[in-house]
Amino acid sequence: MTIPSDTGFPRIDSVGLDGLLVRFGETLDEPANRAALAFRAALERAGPDGVEECSTSLVSCYVRFDPLAVAPEDLSARLGALVKTQDWYAAALPEGRRLVTIPAVYGTDLAPQLAEAAAAAGMSEEEAITSLSQAQVRVTAIGFAPGQPYMGTLPEAWNIPRQTALTPQVPVGALVVAIRQLVLFSVSTPTGWRHVGQTAARLFQPESETPFLLRPGDEVRFPAVSRAVFERMKEDPSGGLTAEVLA
Amino acid sequence: MSVLRVLSCGPGVTVQDRGRAGFLAQGLSRGGAVDRLALEEGAALLGQPARTALEMAGMGGRFSCDAPLRIALTGAPMKASLDGAPLRWHASHLLPAGSVLEIGGVTAGAYGYLSVGGGFAEPERLGAQSAHLAAGLGRAVQAGDALALGQDRGGETGMLLEAAPRWAGGEIRILPSLQTDLYPRAEQTRFEQMEFTRDARANRMGARMNPGGAGFGLDAGQTILSEVITPGDIQIPGDGAPYVLLSECQTTGGYPRIGTVIPADLPKVAQAPAGAKVRFRFVSRDEALAAQAGFVRDVKGLAGRIAPLVRDPAMMQDLLSYTLISGMITGEEEP
Repeated sequence: MTIPSDTGFPRIDSVGLDGLLVRFGETLDEPANRAALAFRAALERAGPDGVEECSTSLVSCYVRFDPLAVAPEDLSARLGALVKTQDWYAAALPEGRRLVTIPAVYGTDLAPQLAEAAAAAGMSEEEAITSLSQAQVRVTAIGFAPGQPYMGTLPEAWNIPRQTALTPQVPVGALVVAIRQLVLFSVSTPTGWRHVGQTAARLFQPESETPFLLRPGDEVRFPAVSRAVFERMKEDPSGGLTAEVLA
Repeated sequence: MSVLRVLSCGPGVTVQDRGRAGFLAQGLSRGGAVDRLALEEGAALLGQPARTALEMAGMGGRFSCDAPLRIALTGAPMKASLDGAPLRWHASHLLPAGSVLEIGGVTAGAYGYLSVGGGFAEPERLGAQSAHLAAGLGRAVQAGDALALGQDRGGETGMLLEAAPRWAGGEIRILPSLQTDLYPRAEQTRFEQMEFTRDARANRMGARMNPGGAGFGLDAGQTILSEVITPGDIQIPGDGAPYVLLSECQTTGGYPRIGTVIPADLPKVAQAPAGAKVRFRFVSRDEALAAQAGFVRDVKGLAGRIAPLVRDPAMMQDLLSYTLISGMITGEEEP
């Protein structure tokens, strides 16, 4: 075990009446994200009794159980034993990862908060576009809405807070930024993140054989394109999205 | 196959069931009826396993069927009539072929439910019929729709179920959540003492609760790491007014959560109408667990609590004995 004991992680907390959360850190960092993904995969393989569902967010693994069938202390002890079986922070990334390219229009009326986000990051709009369109980010979690990725980690300048009030509605395909992460919305929704880019991607296609397009571990880039190119991509079922398997 | 014809309907009418569990890892919350108890009451009144119903937010609609149809009306009471004759809520009825069922506005609470004999047989998406509007799954019911009905194995109508009252807010029991400790003890106490008013802004994703005094914003609140969210979580955005998240909530989020409503009290939150007064009280895990066990027991006991609408004195003896043995027959009912 190489887990530093003074951090207090991994740590197991209860979530309401019927959940436990195995947390591998309290800020987003790459080893903790890998740890959460690998731990969940191992938990699914082990399939402990009474576990009804599990999922990961950025650096944690959530476990839902039947509170009338399982005592949380017992399940927590079993999760704790699994935690001790290996150094999760050194675990490999999931297999079958891909590099996904999703073109985006930055700013304009399509993504009206670019200027505001750039100012918060201490950049001009041009600098912000360069920074975001050249970044290669990794899907660290799928969550909030169906198939919707959290992607990180952007340069430190993008450690900007969420807004205090919610934007009432951003459209499907909106690229938004906060706390060194990007999110690409799969549904139209209210959000506290700033809307800096617009894509034609449809990440949740319920009628498809593969309703959820992105998976944790995938790498993603958002090259800047003109509005004319964006308008053409909207007609394309793939929304301009391309993917190649990473070796 | 018979259909339920929708002659007209309000804007918030959807087909709902118990939702689709198992997609949390893909970012899809379970969804399903916001008042789970109302689904169970509908099934008990019709004596059937089907747990599908039309969920009607505030306003119902006008419906008709070409064949005789058993129905149950549960959840928030609404004005209802059959070809102009008033119908009891929390009851089952038989609609003659071609008759018109008219369901108006709520008279208390927020969400009424129309269950049908045999249940609905609309196409399933990802394993359930329920519309999940936040996820773009399915859509609201509209005038002109013809909703497919399942095969009804038949059974009694004209039965009444005295529903647990949950139409006016009141005290809501909560457990600590992931960020409860970020709130100083004095703030947690103030949260428990505060009277909240349910805002007009509420939907299947969540209900906003306006504090009667200063809000509960956290200075560190805008940079908390996104973590798992579950229905019942009380999320507090920067403006300090809590949102209680309901069945169509997001699956992860980064706004601080001061606590989470216990599952047994979620129907009460969902059914609190705009303007209803709500208070929150932290309870121990033991108390929450006992409440959950009680909730499950009550659901199992629903079928034993239905009684004929018309209390014919000649039947009173039967009625009494039926009530007396209800505890014995509950174990055989579907959960």
